[in-house]
Formats: sequence, structure tokens, C-alpha cells
Amino acid sequence: MNASKIVAPKPRLARSSSGRKVFAFFWGAPLLIWQGAFFFAPLVFLIVLTFWSVRSFRVQPDATLKNWIKILTTDYVWSAYLRSVVLSASCSLITSAAAFPFAYFVAFRLSTRARLFATCLLIVPFFTSYLVRVYTWRTMLGQHGAVNNLLAWIGLPTQTMTDNFFGVMVGFVTLTLPLVCLLHVLSLSYVDKRLVEAAHNLGARPLTTVLRVIIPSSRTGLILGGAFAFVLSFGDFVSPDLLGGRNPPLISLLIIDQVKGGSNWPGAAVIAMIMVITLVIVVLAASRLAYSGRK
Amino acid sequence: MSRPHSTGFGFGFGAALVAIYAFIYAPIVISFIFSFSAERFPTIPLGGVSLQWYGFVWSDPDVHAAFWRSINVAALAAPIAVFIGFGAAYTDYRSKFFGKALYLTLGLLPPLVPVLILGVAMLFFFAKVGLFGGLYSIVISHVVLCTPFAFTVVRLRLTQVNPALEQAAWNLGAGPWRTVGSVIVPMCLPAIVAALLVTAAISFDEFAVAWFVSGMNETLPVRVLNFVQGQASPRINAIGSLTFTISMLLVMSALILLFFRTPQGSAPIDAGRDKP
Repeated sequence: MNASKIVAPKPRLARSSSGRKVFAFFWGAPLLIWQGAFFFAPLVFLIVLTFWSVRSFRVQPDATLKNWIKILTTDYVWSAYLRSVVLSASCSLITSAAAFPFAYFVAFRLSTRARLFATCLLIVPFFTSYLVRVYTWRTMLGQHGAVNNLLAWIGLPTQTMTDNFFGVMVGFVTLTLPLVCLLHVLSLSYVDKRLVEAAHNLGARPLTTVLRVIIPSSRTGLILGGAFAFVLSFGDFVSPDLLGGRNPPLISLLIIDQVKGGSNWPGAAVIAMIMVITLVIVVLAASRLAYSGRK
Repeated sequence: MSRPHSTGFGFGFGAALVAIYAFIYAPIVISFIFSFSAERFPTIPLGGVSLQWYGFVWSDPDVHAAFWRSINVAALAAPIAVFIGFGAAYTDYRSKFFGKALYLTLGLLPPLVPVLILGVAMLFFFAKVGLFGGLYSIVISHVVLCTPFAFTVVRLRLTQVNPALEQAAWNLGAGPWRTVGSVIVPMCLPAIVAALLVTAAISFDEFAVAWFVSGMNETLPVRVLNFVQGQASPRINAIGSLTFTISMLLVMSALILLFFRTPQGSAPIDAGRDKP
């Protein structure tokens, strides 16, 4: 936009159009080539693989719907799928509900300097090992973990906090909460403070201001936060394994079992595609919700 | 003025702040503390203090090998990702072309795809085309994952670079290559170094895709994954504390480069920019 206003002299740039093409290609093409060959191609191959077949423990090119039919008619795949969807949706709701008051405080009550510090504190966890954090929760919350030791020491009954949905949820929230908080803080920081003051001056109670002014004007970021929480937790296989105890399984664990346990790669590819389709639907629905009625 | 309501949720929301940080930092801090525990199983209160788990980690040849693999992978993946990311950011900054949105979407999508899906897809594909099971397999996949972050860091810096600078360089007779070399790269240098550090930290911490494509070449996070899936051992806390320290050193250096070292000449140049 800026550039178009200034008439750009092109003395040597236009020396040869082939030279210019080489230049543009040199900077622009690597991304296309690398992500095309090593990101896009594997995903396409994943789709292709769902139609291949396994003969004598070897995966062979084919054009069969066998894998799809077999997976789609297996009850425990569906129950694992539904369990995953419900847990990830719950994770999305829980983290969003927890992140909002947090972000409200950070965005509206803290000074600029304190807000920057609070934001940095949210970024640090991204660079800690998720594995180690989940492992630590297990040593804390497990049947013979530190929390139960403490409860027994005080004389209270011990609690089952791992190898169930509660454990999975602790892991999911650990995974997603920093990102969701970050997105909430960013979107609330961009809410026009004058609108909030106007609402206040016009006599709106705090709750009304939150519901009628703040949430509508930060909607995009809030919904994206929820969508991210769903996407991240849906694909997580560490918490269902270490904190959920693998039983009953979630959809992510079915893939791991198929891939690491046996040679049924086409079956694993079908489950992976079911996950991809689910995520695409969730993301499309979320962006529709987030951007509808916007210019 | 900065307070939208004088009364209301102040106290409750302050409590939310404390609760959220407590939940996020509890496992990080506890892991750090228990890496110095003398007992095998964590107890509250802490039994005794010892460095034995660091000793175990130090003398474990598997951990040593995994650590050096991780260093090698990060040292290769980060520069490649930053080169590709810089090229793409510069292309986005400079050119308009048909299909640019698609170009950027394809390039920047990988972090939005769950690592489980990405790992499985890469495993199948790499096995098919004969790229499976080497250190280079991990490098390839980490470049895919890291490039979008490198792109973002460099692109943010480029938004502060006035396009007229490039035209001035052309006016003064510099060709496009020389302009990139003597104007764009120096202006972006802090961002480039920051991108190197951030992508190295991401690669150093990545376990899922590496677990799928690495075969027998386990990196440090993959070693941790195998530890975690086995017996409980405070060794995991010790490794976690060490890797956390390395990652944080990388990230802190990146932040200092990005925010606390104002690149020379940017302020007066920016001052002349039109505001939309």
C-alpha cells in the first residue's frame, strides 16, 4: 500500500526478468517445496492409505473401502470417539470459563507493565516439557501419590484422582490453559476501554457490561481459544495414557495402539482421517461463529 | 481511568489470577523441587535433599546419546527453518501474487494440525518413500513444525521496516540480492537470531512427531516419553529441570533480542511511515 504510492525506480532490479524470477524463487519457493513435500504430501498419503489393504502383514496399494467399513462399524471405535469429543468439549468449556475472569483481571485491572509480566508468565509454560508436567501430576495425584499420602497423614480418606476422566481432564487443562488464557488476555486487551466506561457511565452493572459489551467485542478471540482447546486436547495421547490409565480408551490412544502395536496402518489412517474431519468441522464452525456478523 | 468499574468482581477475579498461575506452575515447580528429593517416591513434606537423580541422569549412556541427538537435530532444524521462514516472510512482505493466501496457509498450517496426526502421516509417508528412521527424519519433520514460528518472528519485524528503504537501496544502485544482504538482513538480524533460538527450543522439546519418525534414534524428549511410560523415577524430574533450563535460556535470549535491543535506525525510519 505504501509502496504503490512511491514510484519505485527499478534500475537494476528490472535488468532481466529471468534474474528477477530466480530472486523471487530463491526466497519464496523453499517454503512451498518443503511444506509441500513433507507436510502436504504425508497428509495426502494418509488419505490414500485409508484405501489400501494389508496382505500378509504388508501394506499394499489397493482401492478398497474395507478399512472404512471395518472401522466405522466397530463399536469401541465409536465409543472412544464420543468419549474423546465429550472430554475435549468439556476441556474447551472448563478452560474458557477459567480463563475469562483471569483475562478480565489482567486486561482491565493491571498496569501495562504488570500485564506484560503476566503475559510472559503465560508464555513460559510452552517451553516446559508437557511430558514432565503430566508425569508430575501423576506422582502427585496417583493412588499412592503425594496428595493421597498427605490426606492419609491428616486422617482423611484417600481419593481416586488418576486413571479416570478427572485425571485426563487435569492433563488436558494443563496442556491447553496457558494458550487459552493468552488468547483471552489478547482479545480482552483489544476491547475499547471507552466502550466499557460508556457502559459504566450509562449505569450498566458490571455483569451487564461483561455480557453485553466485553464478551461481544472480544468474541473472536474467545471462540478461537475454545476451538484451540478442543483441537489440542483431542489430539493429545499423553494424558489419556498417563493420567487416564488407557481404560476406557480415547480415540488418540486407538491410533497409537494401531500404529505401535500392529501393522494395521490403513486402519490407523482411517481413525486419523475421522479425527481430521472432526477437527475441520469444529474449526469451521468456530470460525463461522467467531466471524459471523463481522465486516 | 484504567478501572472500568470501581466495585464488582475485583476480589474474585484476583483470586482467579492466583488460582490459574498456581495450577499452571504447580507441576513445573513441584517437578523442579522433587528433582532434588532423596526419596524415590515424592512425599509431602519433602524427605531429604540429594543430587542423586542428576547423578543417575549424568551417568546414563542412553540419556547422553539422546541429549546429543536432540542437540544435533535442533542445530540442523533451526537454521533450515529460519532460512525458509525468512524467505517466506520476505516474499510475503515484498510481493503480491496470485494464490498468496494459499501459499501462506500451506506454509503456516502445520502447528494447527495435531502432532498425533502429523506424526502418523509422516511415519507412513516416510516409511513409504524411504525417509524413515534416521536423525534426518526428525530434522525434516521439525523443520515443517518450526518454519511457521520462524516466519512469524521475522514477519513481525519486517512490518516495522519501511518499504521505501528497499527502494532507496535500488535507487542507489544496489541490485535485489545486495539489497537483501545489506538492508533487509541487517534490519532483521535480531529477529533472525531470535527465530533461531525459538525454533531450536521448539525442536529440543518436541516428542510426539520425533517419537513416530525416529525409529531407534530416540531424542531426549522421546527418551523422557519412554521413561514416563515405564516406572516412576525422579530421574524424569531431573531431566525435565535440565531441559527446562536449556529451553528457557534460549527463549529468554530470544526475548531480550526482540524487545530490549532496539535495532538501530528503526525509530526515525518508522516515524516517517504513513498511518493507515
